[in-house]
Amino acid sequence: MKYSLTVNGANRTVDVAPDTPLLWVLRDHLELTGTKFGCGIGQCGACTIHLNGVPARACMTPVSTVGRMKVTTIEGLAPAAGKLHPLQQAWTELDVAQCGYCQPGQLMTAAALLRDNPKPTDEDIDGALAGNICRCGTYTRIRQGIKRAGEILAGGKGVAQ
Amino acid sequence: MSASTAPRAVNRRDFLKLTGLAGGGLALAFQIRSAHGGATPAGGEFRPNAFIRLAPSGAVTIVSKQPEMGQGVKTSLPMIIAEQLEVPWSAVTIEQGDFDEKLYGGQSAGGSRSTPNNYDQFHLLGATVRTMLVEAAARTWKVPAAECQAVEGTVVHSSGKKLGYGALAATAATLEVPAKENVRLKEPKDFKLLGRRIAQVDTPRIVTGQPLFGLDLQLPGMLYAVYEKCPAFGGKAVSANLDFVKTLPGVKDAFILEGNGKVKELNPGVAIVADSTWAAFSARRQLKVTWDEGKVAGESWDKFVAEARAKAAEPGQRTLRRDGDVAQALAGAAKKVSAEYLYPFISHANLEPQNTTAHFRDGKLEVWSPTQVPAAGVAMVTRVLGIPADKITLHLTRAGGGFGRRIGADYLVEAAAIAQRVPAPVKLTWSREDDLRHDQYRPGGLHFLQGGLDAQGRVTAWKNHFFTFGEGGQPGSGGSLSPDEFPGRWIPNFLAEQTMFDTGWPMGPWRAPGSCVFSWVFHSFIDELAHAAGRDPLAFRLDLLGTRDEMPAGGGGGGGKGKQGGGYSVARMRNILKFTAEKADWGKKQFPRGSGAGIAFHFSHQGYFAQVAEVTVSKDGQLRVDRFVSGGDVGRQIVNLSGAENQVEGSVVDGLGALLTQELNIERGRVVQGNFHEYPLIRITEAPAKIETHFLSTDHPTTGIGEPAIPPVAPAVCNAIFAATGKRVRQMPLSRVDLRWS
Repeated sequence: MKYSLTVNGANRTVDVAPDTPLLWVLRDHLELTGTKFGCGIGQCGACTIHLNGVPARACMTPVSTVGRMKVTTIEGLAPAAGKLHPLQQAWTELDVAQCGYCQPGQLMTAAALLRDNPKPTDEDIDGALAGNICRCGTYTRIRQGIKRAGEILAGGKGVAQ
Repeated sequence: MSASTAPRAVNRRDFLKLTGLAGGGLALAFQIRSAHGGATPAGGEFRPNAFIRLAPSGAVTIVSKQPEMGQGVKTSLPMIIAEQLEVPWSAVTIEQGDFDEKLYGGQSAGGSRSTPNNYDQFHLLGATVRTMLVEAAARTWKVPAAECQAVEGTVVHSSGKKLGYGALAATAATLEVPAKENVRLKEPKDFKLLGRRIAQVDTPRIVTGQPLFGLDLQLPGMLYAVYEKCPAFGGKAVSANLDFVKTLPGVKDAFILEGNGKVKELNPGVAIVADSTWAAFSARRQLKVTWDEGKVAGESWDKFVAEARAKAAEPGQRTLRRDGDVAQALAGAAKKVSAEYLYPFISHANLEPQNTTAHFRDGKLEVWSPTQVPAAGVAMVTRVLGIPADKITLHLTRAGGGFGRRIGADYLVEAAAIAQRVPAPVKLTWSREDDLRHDQYRPGGLHFLQGGLDAQGRVTAWKNHFFTFGEGGQPGSGGSLSPDEFPGRWIPNFLAEQTMFDTGWPMGPWRAPGSCVFSWVFHSFIDELAHAAGRDPLAFRLDLLGTRDEMPAGGGGGGGKGKQGGGYSVARMRNILKFTAEKADWGKKQFPRGSGAGIAFHFSHQGYFAQVAEVTVSKDGQLRVDRFVSGGDVGRQIVNLSGAENQVEGSVVDGLGALLTQELNIERGRVVQGNFHEYPLIRITEAPAKIETHFLSTDHPTTGIGEPAIPPVAPAVCNAIFAATGKRVRQMPLSRVDLRWS
């Protein structure tokens, strides 16, 4: 079946089985491998993307259900080429990642939180990010990173590396 | 990811061989290329050795040879070279090297050895090249080299003249490599980079989702494979509905591989090769296989636990250590404590499932793999598939977590075996279920402990009957208790015995193998003894460590192999214990009922760590770690402070996660749990509210930090739970323990 998708603002057409999860459409057919495979059952959050701005699990989203919804992946999180989202800046300043495999999913979930709540508390962060596993255990830096991104959004200065 | 373009042809005469300085029997040979004999490449680039390239523009490329799995060596080890080379970090680009141990020396990442194995040599590498650049400037200016100094990518003469490294590259390339006696290392007081917080070099790619990991690899014409193995470990595929599977959409081929009869190498199974990952996954759901499960299908965890309990009071099969007369000492003890400690098998659960891409053509194999020990993968492919090592090219990809799992090369050899049958590059992707059910597990175990105290509350007797799991007559990796493991050697009447169940279950190193569970058992039991003695847990431990400064290795009365214990600096441990207790305000805080602090320490992987947990347990039994303080002594120099802190913070969360919920049930020779809904990993909601990490610099060699912070985590938390509630945790995971109190 042919599907026309809007991914990171661009129209993309794929010819795949209707039950193909969006995860594998992105990774195998559109060569957008930033969205990660971790469990395949929506438990780990490594495949988190936005559908019309709302975090969703790409591994649990059959391509046939996407329709006209706007798909945003980690590759489309930055506001423009050569620029970084405040979360991406904060992740760099604070060296949040260890292996880094889960971080695209963490960032996509955090981006939706920060848009709705620019000054989240630890509790807000824990509530929003509870679906994203970090096997390396960077959780305390993720909390700091989201708060730091909130400061950057509010006009705070970047910290020199 | 681009590979090093450094010349491969190795002519012995062109090399000055520098033998590694690091101990541990793993000394490496670094080969520094002489500039003569065609080493000066076109374009005026200076390539003094396999690790460093200097362009006329002044741009510096450093090749990172070690596998990167999140432990940070792709950043920290090149920092050492850059420090001694005296170049600004912003001028440096890091490239991942391919597997080539003739060129680079050893490339294994395991046992927290990457830093100690390479630390001294990388200093020398950078300093040697800096010396050549200074000499090049001196010759250009016709002045003595002693009047010239390297400063941030330039050489400056005492007169004020200055030349950038780039401008010196061509001249430097004509110079002899100086002998190491003629190379002066920068001193720590002059370090500009080491000890600072530097973000990982892959961060820009990580945060923008650029391809980086093994699973991200795309090649033209690539096919996608899955590999179904027998649910029971090592079982054989007798037959499968291959003809039907081959008719399914997107499927290119399906076939049975026989395996080589070793459960940690090439397992028997059924490969399905398709034109997309989803086509392969979908076809697999319709695959039907008849298995010959073998005798492992008669083995279950519960049966072994029952057998261990039945045999607990009997003598063990083997004496690991015998000092004094433990029976007499126990009989004469003023107070006796006995306890059973139990921990299950657990999985590494790397978030990036195992995978490898392989392309076999014209008798040659090209492989892209997230592996910790590439040499093991190449050796296994040669042994199992008969492809000579010189026909194998192995590219190292970033690994989405290691934790010891990727020391195994089973998934790599599977991909290679499939590739031998496929006329295209093929990417093998394990499902999460494959990963949990075909791991090389941290073995579970049971300890039946008895301790005796004299009237003054000193430990006079310690007896342990340890039940472990083995393969081929030896305990599995991480299931081997050293006769020197603390507190062996410290207690006058000491008996450690072992009984082993030989199984067909695959076991492998799980981050801080052995230590990660022994520290929990022993520091929990030491806490029980402290409580029985009516002593403060810190003071009791300091007394137990005693006043001597060194505890030599050995002296065990049994036949066990000492490894994790070994020579032990009691002084370093005492100091880090006191240092950490101070940082954690030990003994200075009043906790309400339901809250409390616990302490533990451990020496492993050459690192000395002490940790204090502060916890709150609600009346309905919910645990929260309010504060977790770590103190570590890993020698003189923290290389990358951010990376080192990240490793310790991650160790705290990882140690806590293993304690909280991780457990695999093995029934009929197979793992029951298949995915994260049944095998929950720690989430952000369970992470400590606050993690504090402190390092104590001591005058000892710099050592690794991927593992030594793990072992004391679980006992510190469990001892804090006891302080908070009076409940002693003697079983992992905590999800099986009732922590309610009233």
